[in-house]
Amino acid sequence: MQGANRLWMSLIGVNVIVIGFVAYSAMAPGALTKTMLMPGKTSHGHYQIEMRCDVCHTEGSGIREDACLDCHAEELRRANDTHPSSKFNDPTNAELLSILDAQNCLSCHREHVDEQTLPMGLTMPSDYCYHCHQETLTTRPSHANFAFDSCATAGCHNYHDNRALYENFLNKHADEPDFLDEMVRLTRSTPTPPESKRLTKSNADAPEDWPTDETILDDWASTAHAAAGVNCGDCHSIKDKDAPKSDKNNEPRWSQSVALATCGECHQNEAETFLQGHHGMRLAQDLPAMTPGESRIAMHTDAAHRTLDCNACHSGHRFDTEYASVEACLSCHNDEHSQSFLGTSHHDAWIKELAGEAPRGSGVTCATCHMPRIEDEGGDRFVQHNQNDNLRPNEKMIREVCMNCHGLAFSIDALADSQLVKECFATAPSIHIESVDLARARFEEKQRKKEARLKKK
Amino acid sequence: MKYQTSLSLSLLALLCLLAVSSTGCGGGATASSTPPEPIEPGIPYKKFTDAVHAVMMADRTVYASKVVTRLKKQDAPVTPSEYWEDEDHTIPLPAQMFRMGSELVFENPEAGFTYALKSKWPLNEQNGPKSEFETKALDFLAENPDENFYGEETLGGDKFFVAAYADKAVAEACWSCHNDHGNREDHYPEFAKDDVMGGVIVRVPIK
Repeated sequence: MQGANRLWMSLIGVNVIVIGFVAYSAMAPGALTKTMLMPGKTSHGHYQIEMRCDVCHTEGSGIREDACLDCHAEELRRANDTHPSSKFNDPTNAELLSILDAQNCLSCHREHVDEQTLPMGLTMPSDYCYHCHQETLTTRPSHANFAFDSCATAGCHNYHDNRALYENFLNKHADEPDFLDEMVRLTRSTPTPPESKRLTKSNADAPEDWPTDETILDDWASTAHAAAGVNCGDCHSIKDKDAPKSDKNNEPRWSQSVALATCGECHQNEAETFLQGHHGMRLAQDLPAMTPGESRIAMHTDAAHRTLDCNACHSGHRFDTEYASVEACLSCHNDEHSQSFLGTSHHDAWIKELAGEAPRGSGVTCATCHMPRIEDEGGDRFVQHNQNDNLRPNEKMIREVCMNCHGLAFSIDALADSQLVKECFATAPSIHIESVDLARARFEEKQRKKEARLKKK
Repeated sequence: MKYQTSLSLSLLALLCLLAVSSTGCGGGATASSTPPEPIEPGIPYKKFTDAVHAVMMADRTVYASKVVTRLKKQDAPVTPSEYWEDEDHTIPLPAQMFRMGSELVFENPEAGFTYALKSKWPLNEQNGPKSEFETKALDFLAENPDENFYGEETLGGDKFFVAAYADKAVAEACWSCHNDHGNREDHYPEFAKDDVMGGVIVRVPIK
């Protein structure tokens, strides 16, 4: 009888533990054990935040209405989305929508279906263009022999972002050489604050009992921070922002660590975009910072436990942007593309720049392509810290990055050459995408017709 | 056995109590205490579409004559261009301005209607007629430039009141650009002043 009681107690104990474990996983936001409740492996774009089910799901496993656009709306706006949902609000599209519901992100991008997920999180067969644009095969004789599922292959068309691929743009840049005579648009530059703001070591306002050593002070005094008048206290003296203003005890206190939000007070665009990419997306969802060890792409094992915050690449107190441009990346990333960079002419140009043998801004680093200098709506120049932004898809790099130094056709070919991408563009592209030629031929044909019409008049 | 029966009865009573409490008994009383809103006289569909079309045309005319033409007359460094999004110092063409307004209304669920600029001779094939009604309407407007075309249409299971208004060539820039445009097909007509170039189609869902 006692044995039976013990058995019952053990069974109850096991049940309590199992139920408790499941309940914790289901209820606690961000619980690491949540993954065991997942219906399938998450996509490359979302795996970092997969333990925050509530970011995409309602209670009861429904899908939140704005789940996709909460994170991706701004990106689509900037891309001049060619197929925004509102485009299909014209009621005459009802029949087409019954074939392919283009107003629902999930029609093409389902989650937790790893076995059918293609690049860009696409989960439907790649013939989707054909459903609505069949007439192209007849109205464009040049397209008559193209495979009906080849429209969106690299270099031709994209569903959302065609900024570098539309006809007029292709035609306008058709004659560009592979290598432009000089770099255009935004190059590396350092702002020069007024000399009156410059601080020196003697101006450092850290408390006397604060553990500062000479190296830290030397490093700080040599940076743009000191040059722009940013003192120790501007980053290390913090107040509890949530405390009411009337709280007289909320005196600033000195902190050794500096939060992302503090950096973001001055570097707003950088901090915001950092949170949108794979480096910062966990922090954006109040999860612990990402570590290279949890990445799905190849990383150095000795970097496995680093945490990805501002300091990961911009270590204090030098905040060395040269280090952050190449060495910081390669100290974690260990895939073929990253490691091949050191053997490319892009890297050679960077070495020459560092050695002072080539003009400032003529070198090409990891950051040149993945974290380009861009302008915000107000015309302020900043470094894009969402390093995934121009990879979704990689044709986004064409205008933002490649065309600063290369012609359009060369850029399209290079990005469409998957082997060359692996080799980090070590050689010239070995494939040719016809889109520029087709656009040029079409514009020439139009011009011929126009002239013939004018002659008739 | 007796114990089991009483347990079942207790559970049943508890369930009944839960069911009653979760139906929200107070709702009906609150609703009935609110006085019914006075019924406003409705605007006939035709009157509504005529009115919104008048506003659309007025806005586009002002943009074309007071902005675009004015800039041209002054030889201003800003010019209208089809590729205004990608070219510095350019502004949208009047037809593009009109289409952008239509897109904003498409995006606005509160608007209660939609409108679009369509043509039998579109420079962008996506702007051709997309339903039997639209084809019929554009044919009618081409034949009867001074009349409007009204009717009802069912699309995707929803019924709409549809009004179509002729869109005529009013400024030389409009027809000369369309006549010389690279996207025009060989069979398109040569437009001249006051020719019908397309139609504005306004739809109101019938509820």
